[in-house]
Amino acid sequence: MFRFLVRRTLGAAVILLIISALVFVLFYAAPRDPARIACGKVCTPETLELVRKNLGIADPLPVQYWEWLKGLFVGRDYTSFGRCDAPCLGYSFQNREPVLDTILDRFPTTLSLAIGSSVVYLIFGIGTGMLAAVKQGKALDKIASSASLIASSMQIYVVGVLATYLLVDQWHLLDRANYTPFTDNPAQWAQGLLVPWLVLSLIWTANYTRMTRSQMVEALSEDYVRTARAKGLSRRTVFFRFAWRGAMGPIITIFGLDLGMLLGGAIITESTFSLQGLGMLSVKAVSTNDLPMLLGVVLVAAGAIVVFNIIVDAVYALIDPRVRLA
Amino acid sequence: MSTPFLSVRDLKVHFSTEDGVVKAVDGLSFDLEKGKTLGIVGESGSGKSVTNMAILGLHDRRNTALDGEILLDGKELITATERELEQLRGNKMSMIFQDALASLSPYHTIGAQIGETYRKHTGASKKEARARAVEMLGKVGIPQPDVRVDEYPHQFSGGMRQRAMIAMALVCDPELLIADEPTTALDVTVQAQIMDLLKDLQQEFGTAIIFITHDLGVIADVADDVLVMYGGRCVERGTKKEVLRTPQHPYTLGLLGSMPSLDGPVDVPLNPIPGSPPSLLNPPTGCRFHPRCAFAEKVAGGRCSAERPALEVVDGRGSACHLTSGQKRELFADYASARTH
Repeated sequence: MFRFLVRRTLGAAVILLIISALVFVLFYAAPRDPARIACGKVCTPETLELVRKNLGIADPLPVQYWEWLKGLFVGRDYTSFGRCDAPCLGYSFQNREPVLDTILDRFPTTLSLAIGSSVVYLIFGIGTGMLAAVKQGKALDKIASSASLIASSMQIYVVGVLATYLLVDQWHLLDRANYTPFTDNPAQWAQGLLVPWLVLSLIWTANYTRMTRSQMVEALSEDYVRTARAKGLSRRTVFFRFAWRGAMGPIITIFGLDLGMLLGGAIITESTFSLQGLGMLSVKAVSTNDLPMLLGVVLVAAGAIVVFNIIVDAVYALIDPRVRLA
Repeated sequence: MSTPFLSVRDLKVHFSTEDGVVKAVDGLSFDLEKGKTLGIVGESGSGKSVTNMAILGLHDRRNTALDGEILLDGKELITATERELEQLRGNKMSMIFQDALASLSPYHTIGAQIGETYRKHTGASKKEARARAVEMLGKVGIPQPDVRVDEYPHQFSGGMRQRAMIAMALVCDPELLIADEPTTALDVTVQAQIMDLLKDLQQEFGTAIIFITHDLGVIADVADDVLVMYGGRCVERGTKKEVLRTPQHPYTLGLLGSMPSLDGPVDVPLNPIPGSPPSLLNPPTGCRFHPRCAFAEKVAGGRCSAERPALEVVDGRGSACHLTSGQKRELFADYASARTH
């Protein structure tokens, strides 16, 4: 287990290094000059040079990348902003705030969105999928399967607007989407996020329904499930202790990756409901040529996926005794 | 005459599929006494496994229709509820499957899987069940049973897994054991060990065994009586000696002819039965074997393709064939002399 963690952590570090380098290169491949934008309307070559120096983009690309990396581990001194302690992700070109502070400020929104909707889609997706598998071929299965097919082809920006219009504006059942920190008021936190949770989880519920159903159907036809029945175990025991055990592995794998992805920011959902999470932050960073911000968000998003990949592999070894971690 | 321990009467197992009704078993009858072994022989798709799945009630109820009568110790199984069957399965009747690796759960230890059956039927505690699992593993010849009990199936060898499977099937001292090709996936020496084990356990507990196989060599080793199935029907039955020495059906004869003989001359080519097993969706008319039968023309008036031969059983011996006994004596002579030495 220890060797597994060490090996995978090193691997993850390499991946993140490559990703951040790629972002650097791609950013400068675009024909835009962040200094020119930051310089404003009246911009002499002298001021432009000064802005460049202040932003830390006067040096050649490898030097810049090296400085950025160094900042991450030992901190960094800026002429205009002063000392930035490790882990330093730099200062935003846009609002001149430390990138790390902005990300830490936005992350709870994204985290709340990801966790809340995951709970909803896991419960409904796996539940419906199991029901469909039990009632295989019957009316309930057909309804669930067609409904999930329709739901999975929905788009968040359509469903989101529609849901807000009906549930909030017309019927006054739920609150308009807004973010209250959980630590401030848990009830208000949940109320404000309920609509985005439901909308975001609609499509995922559909996917998990279909995945659970097919995994369960496959597991139910396994020989060891037949053996369990031949032993005289009840249908319920056979279903949950044997078939579900077999179906669980692939579902947990996909879930880990999905959760990692959601933690990097749900761009469409956040913009549909005007929630200020990491997704919106990344969109804004791209559109304003804010390299440090973009690097920071990408690093968090990629980090989440990489970390959940490791967690998934470790959990898989717990579920399936045939899997050995090495 | 007292009623036999297991009595199957005119069993029909029909599957409804999109293409029509598959008559997997079409009117099968046999009896089995305690302490005896019935060997059921036939090619793939002859209905031998389906018959036994039906006895345990493991068929898919959504598309399978059972008809006839299965009496286990006087209890009718076809009309029994799922709950009643659950009480019997693993307890009074149990089953050993062919592929032990696929048939054991990869997610639970061997001990847990054996103990689970025991707890379900006896209400024993976890500790008692574990002790019982260790005892059973020892009984089926697994070394260090108190250690191996906590291992998973993938940590066992093929023969060990089959032994563990047998331990699991026998944990509640069942009176009926169905072994569905339990040795097919094993190499010959392990195969012999497993069969010896089954024989020993049968002597100890007086279990009735149904042994399903396509291997006549295995039948010769374990069975008391033999039932030969073809196309969902019984074509011949009798004692092991009768069926193997003096077969009365061309199909049985063909099976024997397609088997290599160890003590015969080595250069005698095998004599496989031509053609392939019949489609049960659309079975041949009359005798289901007639398209592949070497002697079908010997019967006058094309009766083989027109009329289903009746299975007439006298004292447990019978065959379903239109040939007269005189014809059989004459026609089967070559085979018989080559086989009986």
